[in-house]
Amino acid sequence: MTAPEHLVTEEEEKAIKAELPEIFSRFPRERGSLIPILQAVQGRFKFLSPGAIREVAKYLDLSSSEVYGVATFYNQFRFHPPGKHEIKVCMGTACHVAGGDIILENFERKLNIKPGETTPDREYSLERVACVGCCALAPVAVVDDHVIGYMQPSKVEGLFVQFEVQREKEKREKQAKESAG
Amino acid sequence: MAKDTKIIETYEKLRGAARKRLEAERAEGIPSIRITMSTCARAAGAEETKKAIEDVLEAQGLNARIISVGCLGHCYAEPLLIIDHPTTGFPPICYYNVDANKAKLICRSYLEDGDPAFEYVLGAMEENDLIPPVTTFPRFSMEQRVVMELCGLIDPWNIDHYLDKDGYSALASALQMEREEIIEIVTKSGLRGRGGAGFPTGKKWKFAFEKSADGKVVICNADEGDPGAYMDRTIIESNPHQLLEGLIICAYAVGADEALVYVRAEYPLAVRTIQHAIEEAREYGLLGENILGSDFSLSVRVFQGSGAFVCGEETALIQSVEGRRGMPQHRPPYPVEKGLWGKPTVVNNVKTLSSVPPIIRRGADWFRSIGTEGSPGTAIFSVVGNVKHPGLVEIAMGTTLRTLIFDICGGIPGKKKFKAVQIGGPSGGCLPEQFLDTPIDFDSLTQAGAMMGSGGMVIMDEDSCMVDVARYFLEFTQKESCGKCTFCRIGTKHLLNILNRITKGEGREEDLETLRQLAEDIKKGSLCGLGKTAPNPVLTSLRYFMDEYEAHVKEKRCPALKCRDLIAYYIDLEKCARGCEACVGSCPVEAIFTTKGRKKAIDQSLCVKCGECMTSCPPEYDAVVKVSPPELAPIIERPPDQQPKRAMDGADS
Repeated sequence: MTAPEHLVTEEEEKAIKAELPEIFSRFPRERGSLIPILQAVQGRFKFLSPGAIREVAKYLDLSSSEVYGVATFYNQFRFHPPGKHEIKVCMGTACHVAGGDIILENFERKLNIKPGETTPDREYSLERVACVGCCALAPVAVVDDHVIGYMQPSKVEGLFVQFEVQREKEKREKQAKESAG
Repeated sequence: MAKDTKIIETYEKLRGAARKRLEAERAEGIPSIRITMSTCARAAGAEETKKAIEDVLEAQGLNARIISVGCLGHCYAEPLLIIDHPTTGFPPICYYNVDANKAKLICRSYLEDGDPAFEYVLGAMEENDLIPPVTTFPRFSMEQRVVMELCGLIDPWNIDHYLDKDGYSALASALQMEREEIIEIVTKSGLRGRGGAGFPTGKKWKFAFEKSADGKVVICNADEGDPGAYMDRTIIESNPHQLLEGLIICAYAVGADEALVYVRAEYPLAVRTIQHAIEEAREYGLLGENILGSDFSLSVRVFQGSGAFVCGEETALIQSVEGRRGMPQHRPPYPVEKGLWGKPTVVNNVKTLSSVPPIIRRGADWFRSIGTEGSPGTAIFSVVGNVKHPGLVEIAMGTTLRTLIFDICGGIPGKKKFKAVQIGGPSGGCLPEQFLDTPIDFDSLTQAGAMMGSGGMVIMDEDSCMVDVARYFLEFTQKESCGKCTFCRIGTKHLLNILNRITKGEGREEDLETLRQLAEDIKKGSLCGLGKTAPNPVLTSLRYFMDEYEAHVKEKRCPALKCRDLIAYYIDLEKCARGCEACVGSCPVEAIFTTKGRKKAIDQSLCVKCGECMTSCPPEYDAVVKVSPPELAPIIERPPDQQPKRAMDGADS
């Protein structure tokens, strides 16, 4: 799993780098702080950019590969910037029994990305997650932190229609504003 | 430590003050509305419900106190409301599946007009003559709650509620005992580690106690990674103080000065709840320097685990706290000798530590009176899958699987037949019907080929394919293998490859023997519990469901019609209604076309077998049929004028 350098612009890396010293200052400069620091960085920027990994390594006097080694070991850390809409599909046991893989496949097909990736326009990101703890509603997807129970392939379609409508509306409003201004 | 009445006095003052505050609230006589707000309830819409209640209270000018509580364990009925309206003469009433609209109706009807809206009532929370109490329902009465006794009944964000129920009194009495005395009680109680392996807790504490060192550490293991088990999270979200009390008692008993709660970062609410509880306990002098005026001091912090299943193993957990990849280490030395930063470290599960305060309060004999000889106490299961009343269930050890599944959880919904129960998550096994009378305890389950594990329990009906279930769990453990031991790293990958092949209909006859042999080898060649137990789902399903494996391998057929490469959908032209278009729009890949007779048919080359057409076909026609093997589906030529309209880009990527 390598960081997708092409997805992160230079300006973004610069902005991230500028905020890092403040985050680092909250933790003692020792090996035991590695995971809490990575969590704090991801908590702020939603992902670990290649530049951020290098900075963390420098701060703790480790090699970048060592930091990568630790970060990639854990499921929590992500290396792709999240999309505007974050889609997580539950792959817990109850959801599997109820056909969660069919739901995931529908999202994959619709977005043409694999779980863990973000669409090139940064609109959507797709993730498979272990149990989200609402087994009674299986199969479950979490879209923008909103849990949707009893998922069906047709609900996936409906979801994107909704997003499309929303986008159109925003576009119209923006245009209206521009023409008014 | 010398007997010190000062500790009890300090404690009683704390409890008295807490009770006074709650008493003052109750004296106002205004109704209280308790709403379950744990993660699972939120998923079921508790936040919207709460908002609706707040709105209706404000709009109608009603006076009531809203209290957010944790989880009662009744997932099928979330979100739950408990309304206590003392002036009406009704007991506290529990309402189930309360969405925003129902909440508005109930509040207006009960708080405004004094009519409890009987149609939405689940039951009363106390014995009375007006409304059947919930305690008469098997889902309530057959449970025996030790760890979860207060879950869902008290406000987890207000330490007063716990103190009111004699919380922290076990800590006060423990602080007056000799350390050996506490360890003796825990040993005598027969408490075994609830993390899965069942190691005697008293023994673990004794080892750590006897080790002389500069500093010792106690870690509460709440790194619940099993997909489908969520009791640790629920306990933390619903009653964090009982866990903290157990943790402090453990630290005192072994002589630790540092404690850590290792919670998964994926449980943000649990993280916030335990952090808040630690702060409260510190403010009340139950943590920090000179706890309750004694000379014992302890600091507790929260470490957020980053989501690696293997970190549930204690040596791997310690590695990750030290900032490394969470890979298990050779034992000995055991963590109780040399753990975190080289200090003696006790790692105990949430349920283990939460069992400690009741044991100290009520004695070892009381605890021994629950459960069986070899496994005293209770077990908590998260029962999910094809079952009527899923949720968290705490039962006395020794209860049979049949009682748990059929009497307490209501059995299989619909007219489906029970097929198997999967116990213990990815490390456990699948047990068929003949094991339903097996008592649930550490030893009986291990004997049957499953294990207690983390307490995940999935009930499967006749529509579940056992080969697919084994493959699912293996896929999980294979991903989570840390890669240290060759057998686990490569062996599970091979097992998975073979299982994938079998579920795709490419299985060979010698595969079944290879599976068994490989599974045995992985068990022998792995260092930690993950590798040692990973083959369990494969081994048990091979043992009890050989016929299903054989059907997949020899006949290329999935008897449960689950494995998608081995099934096909087709439309029965006899039943299909001329001119009906119900299925067409539901198909995500435009595989459905119109035949010459103006009926519908499925283009097998495009079909992704999602089953949407079967769901959308009106029940009066019921024309969509699922078959295995796929060759049984009749082939109908798609006319050239019926080709899919939209470009199928990315369809098979």
